[in-house]
Amino acid sequence: MIQARVAVPGLEVEFQAGSGITALFGPAGAGKTLLLDAIAGVLRPRSGRIILDDEILFDGVARVNLPPRRRHCGYVSRQWALFPHMSLRDNLLFPIARLARLERRRRVKEMLERFSLEQAASRRPESASPAERLRCVFARALIGEPKLLLVDEPSRGLDTGLRAEWHTILRRVREETSLPVLLATRDLETCFELAGNMLLLDAGRILQSGPARKVLDQPASIEAARLLGIRNLFPAEIVALDPGRNTSRLRLETFELAGPYFPGRLLGDRVWLCMQPGELLVRPHNGAKPQSNQVAARLERALEMPRSVRLEFAGAIVADIARPEFELQKDNKEWLVEFPPHALRVL
Amino acid sequence: MALDVLWLSLRYAGLAALFSIPPAVLLAYILARRQSPGRDLLDAAASIPLALPAAVLVYYLLTRLGLLPVAFTWRRAVAVSVIYTLPLVMHMARAGLTLVDHSFENAARTLGASEWRVFWRITVPLAWRTLLAAILAGAARALADFGITAMVAMASNATQTAALLLLISAAVLAALYAGNRLQRGQAPA
Repeated sequence: MIQARVAVPGLEVEFQAGSGITALFGPAGAGKTLLLDAIAGVLRPRSGRIILDDEILFDGVARVNLPPRRRHCGYVSRQWALFPHMSLRDNLLFPIARLARLERRRRVKEMLERFSLEQAASRRPESASPAERLRCVFARALIGEPKLLLVDEPSRGLDTGLRAEWHTILRRVREETSLPVLLATRDLETCFELAGNMLLLDAGRILQSGPARKVLDQPASIEAARLLGIRNLFPAEIVALDPGRNTSRLRLETFELAGPYFPGRLLGDRVWLCMQPGELLVRPHNGAKPQSNQVAARLERALEMPRSVRLEFAGAIVADIARPEFELQKDNKEWLVEFPPHALRVL
Repeated sequence: MALDVLWLSLRYAGLAALFSIPPAVLLAYILARRQSPGRDLLDAAASIPLALPAAVLVYYLLTRLGLLPVAFTWRRAVAVSVIYTLPLVMHMARAGLTLVDHSFENAARTLGASEWRVFWRITVPLAWRTLLAAILAGAARALADFGITAMVAMASNATQTAALLLLISAAVLAALYAGNRLQRGQAPA
């Protein structure tokens, strides 16, 4: 369990994280690496308090600042930083130099096996493959049996093969150990695939935290929604609210929508309507009058996505549609967009 | 006679190098890595001898410190040579140490290494080419200093002086050549 309250220039956060993977999600410059550096001890915070399990790593008031070597944090930094003048085996031996010889051998052998590095053990990093280097970085961070693993995703981005390797390693760490892992990433898919919890970080502060699924489904603010890449954000006014029938009406710029009752909201509140592109239903407009919660929209652009087609309509409405469905209608410009009432969310 | 003088030069040059290189490398590491308030001042102070002509320094040391008319002993000669060699080695070593990527050192720290171990196992091996080049340049500098001293001492014999001059020049040239090759990232053949 890690508890941290950290203030460095450009970053001011407070959070705690338990076992499993906690993703620090945010754009470049959000302060993810600063936070990991502060926890690892290579950056001294201006103030705050960092506690790992029951040990105080840093306390600005009590002037406690443990050096990195006594913090028991494994750190996979952005640069990986495998020592270029040592073989992969010597890289693994470096953190456990103080252990007895037999124990050192046992641990290195175990790690080499666990990360399939037996063949590459005597190679220097420059002559090992990128996948081997990646596995070795994780093996080196874990061989000293840290109490916390800090992982920073490389800023250059990983190619598809390496990303798969990266995910596999992290998934195995999650399954095989109860080690808390803090994973800094700019990739939303990584958060959902690997992390139980996530912290949404922007411009040095935490916008939202909680289970990853919940954060995406219920962004707490318009900034959080934008950060999560939610494309359909419309200013709206609540013009009717009926808790008895569990209904409401929202007035947008050019149309009105029927939705569920929004607890905690009042009549006349100005809100943001927020919908994922996949939640909107689209069909070709054949001239019929739009039904309730349907809006006629003109298609401006269709973008190929890996698994679907993204349709961008006039009025900044964005919807996803399955490719075969779109192929049948690809020359059609006039569409009907439906906002299912149960999927309406307001911020 | 010439060989004696050469041996004397080499010995004192070696001593001067021995006394100047470790503090120079240590100072270079402090200046390259530590964020201390007096860093720039220390840097400037350590570089003063580079900016002074040798004659001025020797004259100052010999007169103001009351060393004249005491004989010019080898200890004082070594001390003067150290004062000149140290900043040279320090500047070259510092350039090499600055080039070492911090991420390697920080990785070593998070992997449980003490500052001493980081220096010896990570920083020095990664900067060894420039460090060795700096040491060779320092040794060459010290050797040149003593070559001149020795030649003055035996100025009566022109043939031997010329032979000695050639030998010392060759040694200095070899040291500087190896240093340059190292700094460019090639091992000397």
